[in-house]
Amino acid sequence: MQKLLLLGDEAIAQGALDAGMSGIYAYPGTPSTEITEYVQASKFAKENSIHSMWSVNEKTAMESALGMSYAGKRAMVCMKHVGLNVAADAFMNSSITGVNGGLIVVVADDPSMHSSQNEQDSRFYAKFAMIPILEPANQQEAYEMAYYGFELSEKFKLPVMLRITTRLAHSRAGVQPFSLKKQNENSLPTDLRQFVLLPAIARRNYKGLLNSQSGQVAESENSKFNSYIDGSDKSIGIITTGIAYNYLMENFQDKKLNFPVLKICQYPIPRKDVMKMVGECKKIMIFEEGYPIVEEMIKGYQESGTPVSGRLDGTLPRDGELNPNIVAKALGFETKTDTKIPEIVKNRPPSMCTGCGHIDAYSALAQALSEYSEGRVFSDIGCYTLGALPPYNAVNSCVDMGASITMAKGAADAGLIPAVAVIGDSTFTHSGITGLIDCVSENSPVTIIISDNFTTGMTGGQDSKALGRIEDICIGVGVHPDHIKVFKPTKKNMDEMVQVLKEELAYKGVSVIIPRRQCIQTMKNKTLGDKIKELGL
Amino acid sequence: MKTDIVLAGVGGQGILSIAATIGMAALHSNLQLKQSEVHGMSQRGGDVQSHMRVSEKEIASDLIPMGSADIILSVEPMESLRYLPFLSKDGWLVTNSTPFINITNYPNIEDVLTEIKKIKNHIIIDADKIAEEFGSKRSSNIVMLGAASPFFNIPFESFEEGIRKIFARKGDDVIETNLKALRAGRDYTEKNR
Repeated sequence: MQKLLLLGDEAIAQGALDAGMSGIYAYPGTPSTEITEYVQASKFAKENSIHSMWSVNEKTAMESALGMSYAGKRAMVCMKHVGLNVAADAFMNSSITGVNGGLIVVVADDPSMHSSQNEQDSRFYAKFAMIPILEPANQQEAYEMAYYGFELSEKFKLPVMLRITTRLAHSRAGVQPFSLKKQNENSLPTDLRQFVLLPAIARRNYKGLLNSQSGQVAESENSKFNSYIDGSDKSIGIITTGIAYNYLMENFQDKKLNFPVLKICQYPIPRKDVMKMVGECKKIMIFEEGYPIVEEMIKGYQESGTPVSGRLDGTLPRDGELNPNIVAKALGFETKTDTKIPEIVKNRPPSMCTGCGHIDAYSALAQALSEYSEGRVFSDIGCYTLGALPPYNAVNSCVDMGASITMAKGAADAGLIPAVAVIGDSTFTHSGITGLIDCVSENSPVTIIISDNFTTGMTGGQDSKALGRIEDICIGVGVHPDHIKVFKPTKKNMDEMVQVLKEELAYKGVSVIIPRRQCIQTMKNKTLGDKIKELGL
Repeated sequence: MKTDIVLAGVGGQGILSIAATIGMAALHSNLQLKQSEVHGMSQRGGDVQSHMRVSEKEIASDLIPMGSADIILSVEPMESLRYLPFLSKDGWLVTNSTPFINITNYPNIEDVLTEIKKIKNHIIIDADKIAEEFGSKRSSNIVMLGAASPFFNIPFESFEEGIRKIFARKGDDVIETNLKALRAGRDYTEKNR
């Protein structure tokens, strides 16, 4: 078979397709988005009716994937690291229900926060749930782990986490695919109460999960993804996890590596190998992408054994992504350059596109709010978050999906009236509706701006589940139709927009204002254009 | 032989299309390849870069170590300077001269060019103008690739083949225009290096 040139994300998708996956579930989130997009674009997936439509959020995605697994088929669910917080309830309990068809939970972490609010390390979640983790070092392994992950999941009857980070997700390399496997036939779990987490059953299942731990460790110890490369110089033993292995090897392109190296790409950590290294080496150095989770486990609380260095003792920076230079410095190697970025180079932060509807909505909001004191606009996750930057300086919060509406409510409860929420259409259906019901049930004095651009913009223009539904949803949950206002955010309509906003800001109850204009990045998307016309938006 | 390239520009300027063409050229020459891209938030008008590594041997890191890039290929002059710590002592900086101004404190362009001229090996090319001369402003990125092509350890024919593959769906006219753009960029460098 011919080699394919694939992003890490795409390699995972191709591996899953070749392994007989029947469905992929996800909500877009950088750096995980391209996994699902690859399946959506695949002719093979279409011909074989492999599910790939976007889900409304990560929790619904996780649950749908679990349902597909219940019915005996192989399913994958993909999200960015903070998406796992949204899916956490379903995720944690899926390790207690266990699976029927293989289930892989792909989580893409974002160390250095290239496109995220934090750099949480998802391996903690997998450890918390006590399930195996696969963490590829390169695109080929990403492919193979997706391919092999379903088998692993079916062997232990547990979900398996496939953890990647931004760098691998968005880096391209040649991948050698394997032969195609058939999809599973439908089959129910042998025990029809396996997924019924009533206490008595949950206790039994949990004991099963606990009992599987030693088997999981043995699996890691025999995994082809973990390797112990012995070396003659035992002054340092080096442990790498995932992609950190590459940065180590980059530093030995023109010199010989004499230290023993333990490459960990499957967890639980291979205990035998770690014990061997700790027993033989004077000192352990750990390179891991993300939090110092392996480092903490090996170091222990008392730090009385073999010295361990890594992110905790300052050998490596405590936060941020690794790179070849950070690893070189830890090893005491010289960097080849002392060139600095010239002072003339200015920062160029991301910004909303010229002509974007969010900009006009913010201009109108700024004018309408001019008679109130500042600091009352709660925003959300999306392109409009960029309204926090100059020249707009328009928003005062960005926390998590849906938090704009509920934080505005809490602030209004505290007496900050009017409080304003700014949320996008896709984020509204992701996690805004429940908060809106909270507002309606108390008729909180909040003005909620749902800036509708018919798409999930920041991640590249994926479908929005809110398309054509926003007013119906708002009325359905109890917002009074008189206080749902729609306008087209343009410079020409500025006076009308400001007027509407002023009126609703003065209203002591729930208002929903919908500035509605298509995202200019999606103008070439004919399917979307036709749909907008058909819906009369 | 190995070539490490930092591609630089502003989100939306299409540096990934240059990367794709280099990728095709590398495949055509049976070389190994790793190419790290920036997706997500920065694509909205922020500074973006792509680390591209091609080699006969297996490549370890997706990221280029500092001080070892053979080429900085930038479609925007100020952005070319942002990655100077990556350039090797003998590396080449190849940049478009047309600024992309979407920030209020963009420096004086003459000062930017003066700074670029301090680099031992540099090519400053007005790729937009050259592309426009034969009627296709959209090919300016391919002009840039042509201008950097002499510094790759990849034969020029492989770049031409890469363009034929990348633009195959768009028809012979588009292929021909882009091949012209590639050659025009290369000619400029041959005359001005």
